[in-house]
Amino acid sequence: MGIILIILGLPFFLSGSIGLIRLPDIYNRLHALTKADNVGLGFILLGLTLQADNLTSLFKLFFIWILVLIASSASCHLIARSAIRKGIKPWSRQ
Amino acid sequence: MVPPMNIMLAGFDIILIASLLWLAWNILATDDIFKAVVLFISFSLLMALCWVRLHAPDVAMAEAAIGAGLTGPLFLAALRRMKRIHKSERRMDLEEKRPDQQQTAGPASGRFNPVLLMLILLLACLTGLLAVVSGILPVQTEGLGNLVADHLPRSGVTSPVTAVLLNFRGYDTLLEIMVLLVAVIGVWSLNPAPMPRQTMDTSPVQVSLVRLLAPVMTLVAFYLVWQGAARVGGAFQGGAVLGGAGVLLLVTNFTWLHAIPSRPLRLGLTLGPTVFLGIAVWCMISNGTLLAYPESSAGSLILVIETACALSIGISLTALFAGGRPNDSLSE
Repeated sequence: MGIILIILGLPFFLSGSIGLIRLPDIYNRLHALTKADNVGLGFILLGLTLQADNLTSLFKLFFIWILVLIASSASCHLIARSAIRKGIKPWSRQ
Repeated sequence: MVPPMNIMLAGFDIILIASLLWLAWNILATDDIFKAVVLFISFSLLMALCWVRLHAPDVAMAEAAIGAGLTGPLFLAALRRMKRIHKSERRMDLEEKRPDQQQTAGPASGRFNPVLLMLILLLACLTGLLAVVSGILPVQTEGLGNLVADHLPRSGVTSPVTAVLLNFRGYDTLLEIMVLLVAVIGVWSLNPAPMPRQTMDTSPVQVSLVRLLAPVMTLVAFYLVWQGAARVGGAFQGGAVLGGAGVLLLVTNFTWLHAIPSRPLRLGLTLGPTVFLGIAVWCMISNGTLLAYPESSAGSLILVIETACALSIGISLTALFAGGRPNDSLSE
């Protein structure tokens, strides 16, 4: 069960990485990266908690997920903000 | 038969080494310093993975925290300052010699660089020499691992890494802490810390994030120190996390941060070295040998030293990032 959840999480990371390479501008890339990776990490950590052998490590894994969620959303916001400050225009189809 | 897990791990190792080499080359080859710094941060993270693969989680943690978490921001800060200086210089240049603007193409534009070729040749020679030497010298497979394991019960801690760092080779660690202190003294003697421009407004998200994270990071830092006695962790890892918290506070431009008087800062900076040195000297007075802790209290002594050192390391790293002495210098 844990293995299945972990494997389920991997495609999200893959799509996030593909998005990072393929998408046209910084805002799209941030979108792809943070959204996809957070879900992927959620699945992987959920899989790992099922394999955890005590309550302490389960709590730690959950704590890691929360911290990564907070950090990645905040850093996404900060990168986007500084991009706007620098005057990078969002990409649009002409 | 080789189990498939081993083949996968070997493949992973090969990819890891290849990307390390590729990253290292790109760091050296790129013209864009910003790109080089960002690549350097990724290099440190991959290097941390390497240490994990070598079963050295302690080193991995220190590498990730110091290499990626602190050296990266230090480089970025230096880069920002360099750009500012560069910009003002260029402006002066433009005002002075506006007529001959065409001559801006530097000598570095040539594709072929003899210095680089020389460097590569030298490196190749060195690598060859190392290969020859490693072929000649007998391989010591045993190492000191068994020796450490034999004496571990006497060290007062159960983590072999901490036992070596703080007890068996405590002398080295004492000097490392001193080096850090000397580095901060060096930076402080150069110039006062640059005051942030008042107009710079910080995102409210960042402010609340740092308010949330700084206490959590402090907790994690002391958890690492506490855990160092038995498992992965210790003063350097804890101190690096503490330093990270300090850097976050600095970049968020809290105004109260600049109102901290310098006396407690100085006390905090010297606390670790003083406690370490004090215990070392006390050991010498009572046992006749520097840093020979009495066996019964070795564990608690190590914990005291590590806590004090973690605090000082955290403050030192933050001070290095701030890049100058506090503005209310005691001497002035």
